[in-house]
Amino acid sequence: MTACRPERMSEARQRVAEAEPGAGLIAHGAGRAYGDAALNSKGRVLMTRRLDRFLAFDEATGLLESEPGASFADLLQCFLPRGWLAPATPGTAFATLGGAIANDVHGKNHDRMSSFGDHLAWIDLLHPSGETRRVTPEADPQLFQATVGGLGLTGLIVGLGLRMMRVPSPAVRVRERRCRDLDAFLAGLAEARARATYSVGWIDGVAKGSALGRGILEEAEPEPSAGAMSQPRRAWRVPVDFPGFVLNGATVALFNAAYYRRVPTGGRERIAGYRRFLYPLDSLSDWNRIYGAGGFYQFQCVLPDESAPRGLQRMLEEVASSGRASFLAVLKTLGGEGRGYLSFPMRGHTLALDFPRRPGVEELLARLERLTLDHGGRIYLAKDAALSPEGFRAMYPRLPELRAVLERVDPERRMNSDMARRLAIREGDA
Amino acid sequence: MTLERAWLVLGGSSAIARAFARVAAEEGSDVLLAGRDLEDLERTARDLRVRYGRAAEAIAFDATDVASHAAFVETVRSRADRFDVMLAFGLMPTQPSIDADPHLGIEAIAATYTGAASVLLHLTPALERQGEGRVIVVGSVAGDRGRLKNYVYGSAKAGLHAFAQGLRARLFRAGVQVTTVKPGFIDTAMTFGMKTGPLMASPEACARACLRQARRGREVAYYPPVWRLIMLIIKHIPEPLMKRMSF
Repeated sequence: MTACRPERMSEARQRVAEAEPGAGLIAHGAGRAYGDAALNSKGRVLMTRRLDRFLAFDEATGLLESEPGASFADLLQCFLPRGWLAPATPGTAFATLGGAIANDVHGKNHDRMSSFGDHLAWIDLLHPSGETRRVTPEADPQLFQATVGGLGLTGLIVGLGLRMMRVPSPAVRVRERRCRDLDAFLAGLAEARARATYSVGWIDGVAKGSALGRGILEEAEPEPSAGAMSQPRRAWRVPVDFPGFVLNGATVALFNAAYYRRVPTGGRERIAGYRRFLYPLDSLSDWNRIYGAGGFYQFQCVLPDESAPRGLQRMLEEVASSGRASFLAVLKTLGGEGRGYLSFPMRGHTLALDFPRRPGVEELLARLERLTLDHGGRIYLAKDAALSPEGFRAMYPRLPELRAVLERVDPERRMNSDMARRLAIREGDA
Repeated sequence: MTLERAWLVLGGSSAIARAFARVAAEEGSDVLLAGRDLEDLERTARDLRVRYGRAAEAIAFDATDVASHAAFVETVRSRADRFDVMLAFGLMPTQPSIDADPHLGIEAIAATYTGAASVLLHLTPALERQGEGRVIVVGSVAGDRGRLKNYVYGSAKAGLHAFAQGLRARLFRAGVQVTTVKPGFIDTAMTFGMKTGPLMASPEACARACLRQARRGREVAYYPPVWRLIMLIIKHIPEPLMKRMSF
């Protein structure tokens, strides 16, 4: 794999023009996808982080025009003081806006605000043919739907129009409470999705038996006015790759139990800035090094509401009995389908779990893929490194529509990635 | 509209220059971005207006077209009553490519040294009349010692360092401060893909250091500062030994 990092549009155009058919080129933003979505071992990656300029902002409507390499942290820093926020954001502020389009990211307010692609006025797309086109949902719905959640395969995203959201203050009021088991958790989430702006659950992935599925449910509402707000915590950094023995069943169980008890039985309430609330892990730089040099897999699936209680129970049992230490896992609700052919969301419950990469974990992931399919769910491609092509096709029924667009805009396959090859996103790829 | 005062950033498309423009605008300065790629400069100008609400404009400037420099100075003066200067351009082809095609070496010298000296000579009378202000000249640690791997670019920066020393004395008499900053490895297009290890610094940090050192009135600064020590050692390697070394 070779890499380039254009600092100007003229160089980006040149690199796209040079892309070789088959080997191809793929955009690489902040490198926050957990799998191979933005890797291209047979060809080249184009790093977009230096194309990070805001080009225009309309204070009256909140419409922002930006280059693709700007991050959510840039957005927060620039616009939160003026009372504007991205309506949909992933769990890390390091992610870029281009990456947010390519993965149609969602946040803790999906029931209210849907995913990132729903807030785009346009996408400026540089095709492998060398042509740059402004793609809107109205003028070219197929190309728009192929690009939102399209993993960068329709061309290089070189610009976007994002409709920002007004917020009354830079803070939210967060309510946390314990849920003693999965049933309590699901009941809590059902209430939360009906009334709260933001809701997310932290689940203890190693708890078994009567404690299976226990965790902490967090709800948050925008604070009407900026009152006394806690100062941002200092950022800590994980300085080295942890040796493998640090993270085992016992230490994770200990950590998770302590994390669970952090919230008093009666619950608690606090005011938190958006940065701290939306991006809790960002205050621990290089947190992935906790998993050691071997790294980790993340598994994230969504199950439709009807099958979620049963499916989640089966998955959590599978994980707990596997003894694969999984750190805090995340469980939250999603509101509905995204705009893209490969958008992840559907109305249902989404579960995310980390697994240190050790022998046997691939087999566990295969069992979780099977369970996802059996319960009518799908796996989030932004997090994925293990899904099978067959599983992928079954989970993403609109794949033929994406293929038709790719055939139109990139018949020579000049845009390509390891993920596209692994999942055979294009027909005949392997 | 004429600005009251602005930072004139020469070579405004380089990563250090772009970062500098942001730092300066963040601290409340208006900015004139000068360079060849007007499409790119205009984007940076828009970014400065959106992010920091400062005035920012792009101006056409070609370092190697020295005949245009007199007119360029007039343009600058029509855009800003007073200005400070950040000179942040250079052309560094790889040494092997220069060894294969001497013209690349001539081009590197023409942009990095001749172009820089020419535009500074043309700007100096206006700075003298202004009677105050700051000039930052971005040099390079490569200019401190000629090396097998980078001696053409190094010689151009060495020339620029000497030029800045003299200019510093001349402008000192007019109340204008000249600061030479010698960056080591900065994470820019110039060093992208090099194996530089932990010594790599970000353009943002380098830009902040440039502004800080200029404000402090420093004559010469290294960034990151450890390069002062590294170059002290390298400068003292005896020539009979140096010629045998291959870095």
